[in-house]
Amino acid sequence: MSALKIKKGATSHSAYNLRPTFSDVVEKHTLAVLVENEPGVLARVIGLFSGRGYNIESLTVAEVDHQGHLSRITIVTTGTPQVIEQIKAQLGRIVSVHEVHDLTVEGPSVERELAMFKVAGQGDKRVEALRLADIFRANVVDSTLNSFVFEITGAPEKIDAFADLMRPLGLVEVARTGVAALPRGD
Amino acid sequence: MARQMTGAKMVVQALIDQGVDTVFGYPGGAVLPIYDEIFQQNSIKHILVRHEQGAVHAAEGYARATGKPGVCLVTSGPGATNAVTGLTDALMDSIPIIVLTGQVPTFMIGSDAFQEADTVGITRPCTKHNWLVKETDNLSPVMHEAFHVATSGRPGPVLVDIPKDVQFATGTYQPAKPSTSHYQPQVKGDMDEINELVAAIETAKCPVFYTGGGVINSGPAASQLLRELVDATGFPITSTLMGLGAYPASGKNWLGMLGMHGLYEANMVMHDCDLMINIGARFDDRITGRLDAFSPKSKKAHIDIDPSSINKVIKTDIPIVGDVGHVLEDVLKVWKSRGRKTNQSALAQWWTKIEEWKSIDCLKFTQDGKTIKPQYALQRLEALTKGHDRYICTEVGQHQMWAAQYLHFEDPNRWMTSGGLGTMGYGFPASIGVQMGHPEALVINVAGEASWLMNMQELGTAMQFNLPVKQFILNNERLGMVRQWQELLHGERYSHSWSESLPDFVKLAEAFGAKGIICSDPADLDDAIMEMINHDGPVLFDCLVEKHENCFPMIPSGKAHNDMLLGEADTQGVIDAKGSVLV
Repeated sequence: MSALKIKKGATSHSAYNLRPTFSDVVEKHTLAVLVENEPGVLARVIGLFSGRGYNIESLTVAEVDHQGHLSRITIVTTGTPQVIEQIKAQLGRIVSVHEVHDLTVEGPSVERELAMFKVAGQGDKRVEALRLADIFRANVVDSTLNSFVFEITGAPEKIDAFADLMRPLGLVEVARTGVAALPRGD
Repeated sequence: MARQMTGAKMVVQALIDQGVDTVFGYPGGAVLPIYDEIFQQNSIKHILVRHEQGAVHAAEGYARATGKPGVCLVTSGPGATNAVTGLTDALMDSIPIIVLTGQVPTFMIGSDAFQEADTVGITRPCTKHNWLVKETDNLSPVMHEAFHVATSGRPGPVLVDIPKDVQFATGTYQPAKPSTSHYQPQVKGDMDEINELVAAIETAKCPVFYTGGGVINSGPAASQLLRELVDATGFPITSTLMGLGAYPASGKNWLGMLGMHGLYEANMVMHDCDLMINIGARFDDRITGRLDAFSPKSKKAHIDIDPSSINKVIKTDIPIVGDVGHVLEDVLKVWKSRGRKTNQSALAQWWTKIEEWKSIDCLKFTQDGKTIKPQYALQRLEALTKGHDRYICTEVGQHQMWAAQYLHFEDPNRWMTSGGLGTMGYGFPASIGVQMGHPEALVINVAGEASWLMNMQELGTAMQFNLPVKQFILNNERLGMVRQWQELLHGERYSHSWSESLPDFVKLAEAFGAKGIICSDPADLDDAIMEMINHDGPVLFDCLVEKHENCFPMIPSGKAHNDMLLGEADTQGVIDAKGSVLV
């Protein structure tokens, strides 16, 4: 089959159908969506996902261009290739959406997430938690005699791994920001 | 030139600048300043409806019959929530309308004030876009952008929510200018894909054009180009419910409507074709039937202005994102420049096969006895009105499908029906909107008695504004399509599908000051229809028809195009358990 012959990564018109569709394999994709920074824009994006039954694994949003009134929404979603193409096309036709980029197919990208972990414990467990935090390059941002709050940044897998290690050491509470991502290179 | 004025005046000024001549609306507390401005001007006619849903459907009817966007003005809270069905209807059928709602003052938003509703929140999923305007200075740019968004790309409904203090306050009015917003949908198709389509046209042995509402929405030029392309290639053409009239029903290549209640020949052509050229249609489930058996042998081209329509349900081999008119122009240009080639001998064979399918005569019926068959009523309506400058609306159900089958449309914008959402109660207010757009035309709403009752209050509107809309009610005292499905799917248990306690429609018409006609004898039908046509004013025509007539042909749920029921004899046990969960 032929695909829409549109340059990779150009504009909202570009974000659909670069690969064969109609496979049953569920894929995970990271989408970067540049939107008008206006009231209700996040509701439009989230409403699309809930209304059409798509998945959101993680979602982050913040203003990235104050003068241009633009916010960047980074969405990690899963679906078959057909569903992913639909998600991108549906996002692209929201009037407040300027650009949709599929970072998973548009070339290499870097993904980072920030998380905070509260770990409570005493004695060996406390020492072990601190030692592992050092290995993971997590910072201590709060400390009492019975607890630490660690701050860690990294790919989601690294944060998952750190959580797994902290759990038996007295993990009390976790806060994660969700994924932020950018394409590599210029 | 920027001028100072109140927000309320800006609304009216923006409508005038956008060329609006008619607004359908209903006043209330939160839009009083705008109504005060409407009172003090003569450029815009305001049609007072009897329910806000009627206002939105009337605006839809106006938009579809004129090609211009329709405008509604309603109040906050219940005014806005009553507009929701119409907005959803317009979204599904891609109809450009602008709905203006009043809102409680900005400083009261969120306080559960009287007649407060989160209008932009409620209407976000049923509009193409919506705005809450909190500053009077922003009002005129938003109003102009609302028209731009509603009418560009794939058209659709938009809503502007205007708090009452914003209407009272004074600000700077910005005149309309070409939109500079980032929302500028692509209209030209990709030339590589267009070349690929032309190459496919040149070699196809069993081609078909499958056209939809996108052709109508693209404008009259698109319909002209379509006619030129169809006649020049000699390919057969079928259309969805939404696209009727883009190609004339009298045209030699016309197969009739396709889909669940489409014609046998149209569905067989779709199933057996080797090249399907979808122009402005969206592979709706009423069209495709069972997906894995949908047109298994064909290469599929899809022209659509909305990228999300492409590959949504059916995999497309030649996807072309663009406006139908622009793309057809390029297709014709390229096809002509390459020598106007088609596979003539294969086409001749294809037509021979099509003629065989046509000879089944799937719409045949027998009118005998003293009861009017609904098909016969529509056949006579067609015969007696076809010479007129005629516009047809419908409600939703069996009568709608029969109207699509037995009425013939020669031009676009002549057929207003709720296709996507299937809104009972659409047709009557829509006919009022159509009549406003075409005051001299013969506007007929083909209705069922149950659908018609859903917005019957609009008879007051038709009377007040002297709109001579003809309500042609096929009265079977049943929710006919529901009854048909219960017969086929639910063991003939007719749960709540009959119309009990119906009014006397003649007396009902007379109560509003309109004319009522009742007809139950086939022998009287022609005279009664002529009486309806010749009456200068709204008419309620109560046509008592056969109560248990089913609508055929029919592709049952979960079946393929070549698995049609042609009549009662075919219906026993045809829908399996898997099919019965579909709608």
